[in-house]
Amino acid sequence: MDLTTQYLGLEIQSPLVPSASPLSRSLDLCKALEDQGAGAIIMWSLFEEALTAESESAARFLSEQHTGFAEASSFLPDHQDFPSGLEIYLENLRRLKEGLEIPVIASLNGVTRGGWIRHAKELEQAGADALELNVYYVAGDPEETGAEVEERYLSLLRDLRDQIQIPINMKLSPSFSALANLVKRLEQAGADGVALFNRFYQPDIQIDSLRLQPSLHPSTSAEALLAMRWIALLYGRTNLSLGATGGVHRAEDAIKLLLAGADVVHLCSVLLDQGVGALGTIRQGIEHWMEEHSFETVEDFRGRVSALSVPDPAAFERANYVQILDNYSHASGVRV
Amino acid sequence: MSNQPMVTLDGNEAAAYIAHLTNEVIAIYPITPASPMGEWADEWSSLGVKNLWGTVPEVVEMQSEGGAAGAIHGALQGGSLATTFTASQGLLLMIPNMYKIAGELSPTVLHVSARSLAAQALSIFGDHSDVMACRATGYAMLCSASVQEVMDFALISQMATLESRVPFLHFFDGFRTSHEIAKIAQIPREIVRALIDEKLVKAHRERALNPDHPVIRGTSQNPDVYFQGRETVNPYYQRLPALLQQIMDRFAAHTGRQYRLFEYVGAPDAERVILLMGSGIGAAEETVQHLARRGERVGLVKVRLFRPFSPKHLLDVLPETVRKLAVLDRCKEPGSDGEPLYKDVLSALAQAFASGERDSLPQVVGGRYGLSSKEFTPAMVKGLFDELRKERPKNPFTLGIQDDVSHSSLPWDPSFRPDALQGVTACVFYGLGSDGTVSANKNSIKIIAEATPNYGQGYFEYDSKKAGAVTISHLRFGPKPIHSTYLIGENEASFVACHQPTFLKRYDLLDKAKEGGVFLLNSPTPPDRVWDDLPRRMQQQILDKRLSFYTIDAYRIARETGMGRRINTIMQTCFFLISGILPPEAAIAKIKEAVKKTYGRKGQRLLERNYAAIDAAVAGLHPVPIPEQVTSTFDRPPVVPEDAPEFVRKVTAVLMAHRGDELPVSLMPADGTWPTGTTRFEKRNIALELPKWEKDLCTHCGKCPLVCPHAAIRSKVYPAELAEQAPEGFQHVPVRGKDFPQGYHITYQVAPDDCTGCGLCVEVCPIRDRKDPKRKALNMHPAEERHGIEQPHWDFFLRLPEYDRTRLVPSKIKHAMMLQPLFEFSGACVGCGETPYIKLATQLFGDRMLIANATGCSSIYGGNLPTTPYTKNPEGRGPAWNNSLFEDNAEFGLGLRLAVDKLTEHARELVAKLADRIGQDLADGLLEADQRDEAGIFEQRQRIAALKEKLATLDLPEAETLAGICENLARRSVWIIGGDGWAYDIGYGGLDHVLASGRDVNLLVLDTEVYSNTGGQTSKATPLGAVAKFSAGGKPTFKKDLAMMAMAYENVYVAQVAFGAKDVQTIRAFLEAESYAGPSLIICYSPCIAHGVDLSNNLRQQDLAVSSGHWPLFRYDPRKTAQGENPLHIDSKAPSLPYRDFISTETRFSVLNRTHPEAAERFLQRAQKHVETRFHLYEQLAHLAVQKSPAPVKKV
Repeated sequence: MDLTTQYLGLEIQSPLVPSASPLSRSLDLCKALEDQGAGAIIMWSLFEEALTAESESAARFLSEQHTGFAEASSFLPDHQDFPSGLEIYLENLRRLKEGLEIPVIASLNGVTRGGWIRHAKELEQAGADALELNVYYVAGDPEETGAEVEERYLSLLRDLRDQIQIPINMKLSPSFSALANLVKRLEQAGADGVALFNRFYQPDIQIDSLRLQPSLHPSTSAEALLAMRWIALLYGRTNLSLGATGGVHRAEDAIKLLLAGADVVHLCSVLLDQGVGALGTIRQGIEHWMEEHSFETVEDFRGRVSALSVPDPAAFERANYVQILDNYSHASGVRV
Repeated sequence: MSNQPMVTLDGNEAAAYIAHLTNEVIAIYPITPASPMGEWADEWSSLGVKNLWGTVPEVVEMQSEGGAAGAIHGALQGGSLATTFTASQGLLLMIPNMYKIAGELSPTVLHVSARSLAAQALSIFGDHSDVMACRATGYAMLCSASVQEVMDFALISQMATLESRVPFLHFFDGFRTSHEIAKIAQIPREIVRALIDEKLVKAHRERALNPDHPVIRGTSQNPDVYFQGRETVNPYYQRLPALLQQIMDRFAAHTGRQYRLFEYVGAPDAERVILLMGSGIGAAEETVQHLARRGERVGLVKVRLFRPFSPKHLLDVLPETVRKLAVLDRCKEPGSDGEPLYKDVLSALAQAFASGERDSLPQVVGGRYGLSSKEFTPAMVKGLFDELRKERPKNPFTLGIQDDVSHSSLPWDPSFRPDALQGVTACVFYGLGSDGTVSANKNSIKIIAEATPNYGQGYFEYDSKKAGAVTISHLRFGPKPIHSTYLIGENEASFVACHQPTFLKRYDLLDKAKEGGVFLLNSPTPPDRVWDDLPRRMQQQILDKRLSFYTIDAYRIARETGMGRRINTIMQTCFFLISGILPPEAAIAKIKEAVKKTYGRKGQRLLERNYAAIDAAVAGLHPVPIPEQVTSTFDRPPVVPEDAPEFVRKVTAVLMAHRGDELPVSLMPADGTWPTGTTRFEKRNIALELPKWEKDLCTHCGKCPLVCPHAAIRSKVYPAELAEQAPEGFQHVPVRGKDFPQGYHITYQVAPDDCTGCGLCVEVCPIRDRKDPKRKALNMHPAEERHGIEQPHWDFFLRLPEYDRTRLVPSKIKHAMMLQPLFEFSGACVGCGETPYIKLATQLFGDRMLIANATGCSSIYGGNLPTTPYTKNPEGRGPAWNNSLFEDNAEFGLGLRLAVDKLTEHARELVAKLADRIGQDLADGLLEADQRDEAGIFEQRQRIAALKEKLATLDLPEAETLAGICENLARRSVWIIGGDGWAYDIGYGGLDHVLASGRDVNLLVLDTEVYSNTGGQTSKATPLGAVAKFSAGGKPTFKKDLAMMAMAYENVYVAQVAFGAKDVQTIRAFLEAESYAGPSLIICYSPCIAHGVDLSNNLRQQDLAVSSGHWPLFRYDPRKTAQGENPLHIDSKAPSLPYRDFISTETRFSVLNRTHPEAAERFLQRAQKHVETRFHLYEQLAHLAVQKSPAPVKKV
């Protein structure tokens, strides 16, 4: 059984690619993922805000502990010098590159064009095989148009492209009115792949304090259906690599996404919940299913249930309730 | 002799350097001013710094100093080289072990930064009270008088203890030496190596307990041999003085610094001699040399070795010519006819005279000086020498105070200055604790010491506030080593800097300026107008002393260069530019170098903006044109209003003005009893922004007064007509809700002088303007806009009557917040997470509270002079408060309860006995009173008042007794308050016992998860993976579950609360705990600046702690069991927020991602699992079916 596939121009050993998560902080866990059959590792995201906040916090609470108290000239041990978040990230990247056979994809997370994007160059120099850009942006400003939001993504991508040669994968949110068009323009602007879709923290409301509280709930298999639809629609209509992310918990979820046309399937919640062994279980499940269906390679079945390959492609575009409303039409083969 | 590098450090670091180098096991426990020694040792070990033997010393934090001493005793018996550091009460806790260690002739050095003992009051400052309490333990006692000596004597002690087998207590004066920064010669590692004899180390190891060669120690001995056994050690002590001198000589051969057990300086034919030990030697020596140079026959004996006391070595150096000898002790032994050093010297001389060694006896007088770091200056020493001219010098005497009660004090002329100050540049800086003035000055000393051949000295004065603390930095520089162990005095400073313009109206900043000196002021006022900001006196001083005057708008520069409010490097640059100590370019290069070292790799941006600020400072510094005469029309306002109580005017106000040194003994309460409610007189006005109430939006929920850490925003409900006399603009609206009568209005009012500007009241306000969501019912506005408006409003608000508390429902926040807080305006940190709990308790129960307060933050902001926050209601009732110790607080509180219970019981017996005389109805009423609510307590107080009237008419001894104790018939609420250091660590044994006692006490644990007051050391409440001092690599173990342990008793009411997450639950827990007739334990989550998060986020952090499962909320009420219900009720939901999202917001956790990333991730995974399983466990417990009473056993 051959699970080899192409992703972002790289040949990888399987279409199962753990998405950006804390698991990538540990070389041992990454090695285990590799052994279980991961196609590549996407490192945890380097957050634009985190880099700024980190240096400000370190300054305020470590370097500048001005208490004015006779009994305490400081409150936290001063570690003298220590590496910045970026340095740690680069060091981790180097270690993963040294310790792993599979490609290592670095991840940047940010929403504004700024100096931080120059870090991409450092990531490339540290050996990243590709870079994922996660534009974690909720367009809440009523003055900002959809076109401007899209331009934000495109300009960030162009800036990145200017900096680096390695493949760039864009992680997108589902909140675009014309996703297919955006994907096309991203391709024109130099992207190599898209990951569909990132998940936002959904703020919750506390009814005692009337305050907002951030919350993130682990994904469920049901969420995979959203990505599945869009991958099925995009398959064959773009040269970009298609990554499906969100809601992959079982082999069945992964198989569906591959059938819809995904090049790779990203895993996160399932690995955090069940450990890295879950990746192996899913891989075995895929292999078992391929065997049952006599598929030798991923390419044998990838995209078989995409919009290009099904008799009724409109089914991917219709909303559920339309089907329910149209429950009265006769089958076309029936004479009435 | 090896090259000895010059280093700039303080006494604590100097001691720790040698201790870490020459030991293997270091057991520590934080206590001021010794904590930094343990912190240094821990930091070096965590960085892998090795000792002489190439191994990293094991540093272990214990639960108390008693624990540390026990661990050291064990480590010594196990064959290790072991040491510890401590001071004051901590040293007292070590005494039992010290007898053991000395009795077993175990070589070790205990480094002590000597500090006052708690007597009529606690004091963190320096004197010899603590070490003198150890003089019978069998430890040798060697005293260092300067930072250089601390390093040298630390090593000499280590050498001597190994060779003599007598353990050494090496001590130096707390703060004056432990915290003084000085440029000294560092003993290089190779010299230390050469001076520690490996044979002696081997011998120590060979004496260790070892099952391969077993022996037994610690036997129990009987009348037959204990005495003889005690006498076996005499030879060790007899040979120690000579041995120590040999070691000092050996040390001198390697370092060039020669010391003697007693050293004499001064005229060889001196007639008047003084003798002392410790840092006072610096001031004394300067004076003696000054006077001797002028032909006066005076001298000084410096005492180095106090125990064993060697009369021979003393007599060897004391000139035969001495006629008058004054012995100075830095301690007090009430009831003794002299302090220890005096008695020893007296006895040495008497014995010498009796044995014929000396043919005459000088007059020997003894005196006390310098208690609690009281200034000891050359002028005082001169005063003493003047006294010794008298035929009958005063004996005993005191020096440095005005004793108008026992008339022991000696006069002195404060204008006296010794020669030693010539050629020395003295600089004084007034700053805020938070503005970094102290840090910048420490850095400046290092720069000057390293870049020039000059010696430097830095000493720092602090006030007792945590929010808005004022610091005064005293820096001296000169070509010779500086031994001026006293503050920079009047007319001495050639440079005076004021880093905060608000100080102009608060302090006499220019008293210390010397003629021709420079005054630097940070002020937003342009240079051509800033002269007008100065009070008359200050202008006059500038003219009289012909001072130059410079100004800079440091806050503007900080803002413009992205530094926010950080002005320290800007002011530091100005200092170098003006003082000319270094060429400007060289100075700036050095400052930038230091900045680079500080920020290292942590942030290029920070580096760049610091550089920009330094460059901008050069351009922003301006000389101020000085007119020829005083033009100002104002003087400093009086410290307290003229209508303040007499005690406040005569005593408190003087302390507040930093002139407490001037107060005579007669104005001090004899037994440490002070009036409460004095913070209201200390108008500090430190907020940059104040909250403004929008009455149209407000729903009167009461959350803002609840969260305010300083009781600086309050609500009152009152008859509307009272507002008719209100000053213009006073805000009030009809109170919402049916609970209040018609025609009543409500006001939420800020105290503009007492608010610290933390913004928590605005943060918690849930109401926003729908049309303008940025506008809440409370909003922060610039203080300069609001202060003048709010001031008369606050004064009027205070005069409004309190609402009848018997008509309020305290379980409702809105109602509870109308109760008067009886804890107000403390000096706690801006945004403190502890004080809202205390304030709440005083609102609910303050008029009947007795408080036992453990030492720590809550005892400092609760009881540190000059002013204290616990106050009284209009009837004169309020919390009565005392701080016993750190370790005994639960027991102390239990003692209060026992007293109350006993007195109540006795009063009830007498009421019953006198029922026919006082009236049966009244007696029945008193004995059967239901005091479960406010109304019941009110009625009981009425009855007690009636009883008192009645008793006054009865001429019976029992009536008199009853009159004295009948107030106990009204309910008393005993509260035992402290932090996690007390509850989880040092006081846990007592706390456990008190919980087990079943008595009606309320234990309030303000859990900041570290020792906050001493600077963030790890406690057993510190969570897994948190970085704290002594856990630089993240705490490797889980937080102790104190609540679960208390619940195991089953008869203890237990609650875990976090007001920022669920305020209603907090109030409910307080009410339930207090109403429970047995022991209650409330564990309060208290965000602290030591968490590495700005406390304007206090409420958010509590919320995150609860939602992540770090701090589950629950209440365990034993009363429910009796009702057939499960006693445990979980008040928070299952963890809904990833633990990562909580800890990533606090530097105490997040820094580990930088320093130890893999460990950080490992801790996080464990912690995530832990919070989930713990919550699950609690839930399981909360849902257990309550066991029905067992069926009676059937008889067969």
